[in-house]
Amino acid sequence: MRSVSIAGVGLTQVSEHWERSLADLFVEAAVKAIEDAGVGDPEAVYVANSGSSYIQGQLNLGAMMADALGKAGTPAFTVEAGAASGAVAFHEGVKAVASGLYDIVLVGGVEKVSDASPEEIACFLSMPEDQEYTAYTGITNFGLNALIYRHYMERFGVRQEDIAMLAVRCHEHAEGCPHAMYPFKLSLERILSSPMEADPLHILECSGTGDGAAAVIIQPSKGVDGEVEVAAYSLSTDLTHITERPDIVTFEAVKRASEKAFRMAGISRRDVDVVEIHDETTITGIISLEDMGFAEKGKGATLFTGQEPAAGGKPHVNTFGGLKARGNPVGATGLYQIVEIAMQLEGEAGRCQVDKPEFGLAQSLGGLGSTCAITILRRH
Amino acid sequence: MSVPRYWRESKYRYRLIGKRCMRCGALYYPRRAICTRCGSKELEEHQLSERGRIVSWTVIRNPPKDYERFAPYVVALVELEDGVRILSQIVDVEPEEVKAGMMVEATFRKIREDGTSGIIEYGYKFRPPVESKQDSS
Repeated sequence: MRSVSIAGVGLTQVSEHWERSLADLFVEAAVKAIEDAGVGDPEAVYVANSGSSYIQGQLNLGAMMADALGKAGTPAFTVEAGAASGAVAFHEGVKAVASGLYDIVLVGGVEKVSDASPEEIACFLSMPEDQEYTAYTGITNFGLNALIYRHYMERFGVRQEDIAMLAVRCHEHAEGCPHAMYPFKLSLERILSSPMEADPLHILECSGTGDGAAAVIIQPSKGVDGEVEVAAYSLSTDLTHITERPDIVTFEAVKRASEKAFRMAGISRRDVDVVEIHDETTITGIISLEDMGFAEKGKGATLFTGQEPAAGGKPHVNTFGGLKARGNPVGATGLYQIVEIAMQLEGEAGRCQVDKPEFGLAQSLGGLGSTCAITILRRH
Repeated sequence: MSVPRYWRESKYRYRLIGKRCMRCGALYYPRRAICTRCGSKELEEHQLSERGRIVSWTVIRNPPKDYERFAPYVVALVELEDGVRILSQIVDVEPEEVKAGMMVEATFRKIREDGTSGIIEYGYKFRPPVESKQDSS
């Protein structure tokens, strides 16, 4: 298998893009990535999306988006894995280049949530869960997060004020991010006095869904300095019903996928400089960090409660705001994370830039941990 | 909601029928074709316990479509007496009175309506146990 690198990236602001369609958003991000790479036309297009079959009633996005780009004739594929769609599509594109099948591949994620009503969005966000026995009860994705949140606090004796610090830090980081949906600070008091979404989870502890598109061009690595290489990509799944999981506050898929990824990259957790986590809610982000091994079980919040969150060899987490503050354009979110890690490694992160990172990791979840995709990028 | 899609689940939802592995005895809800513990494909239908205790719970404030009329409502992870865990709405109790460890029992309730002319779906919800009363008449 060949080593694969990211040749170009592009993204749109995450927002409520009332005047723009799925294709409008996809084309903006894809054209930026193609122009940024400057290596010519892609030989294949991978499209990540989660909601178009429900929200727009649109199928066959691969052909639709390739055509919108003016590239009808190009092989094109659609990948759906809930909010992990973007990461899983990226992995599929990487495999196609690594195998030698294609030399230049475009992977783009797009989502347009604002075409749906609030009740429809609640349905859409619950669709990665079993419809017959989970969504059927009337529980939402945030409701499932709330169930594990309450149990986590009881089990480990952790205070909500500490867990919610994840959201405070995300908003601090998003302040300097031009593509963030919520680029402003939020105090802990404001977050914990916001209305309940699903007790004990407050609305301002939840990621806000938005419209957006992100894209990358990938190609075989050239081995030149500064190049952003794909050091690892791994995927794991877990029992889809949390009722069957032996421990509801552990994401086994995150443990398995991250262990595989660290092995594949040949690095340890201490080598990772920047991490983009899947903070669908504060508690999901905390548990994800623990299950990737960045904190002991029950201690994830300590990564955010210190004065200097990134001190002492801890990785910088969600440097552009994460799902919480950059926003969550569901099927495109995994590609936003990967683009952001690439921007950090290239030194192109603007006001969000951290000091000379070498390794970055992106973690995506589909459903409440039933799919986990991990990507590790390295600056050559 | 199509009629067959609702109909094929009704037995399992109305009467809490799960599956039991005939080789190792593992219990499943909802039903499975393959035992995840021992790999056996021999599973039989099994009536689950109708009583259990709340493990964790939440209150849904922003409900999905077709559940608006019930909001706010409690959904809990319930561990039945036979060890099987199930997700269910908890009814006949105020959200403030729900606690982890609380005993609940299954009850038959309306789940949702599909518009004004579609199927009215029924199934299980759980409630605090209603003590059985002697018939004194």
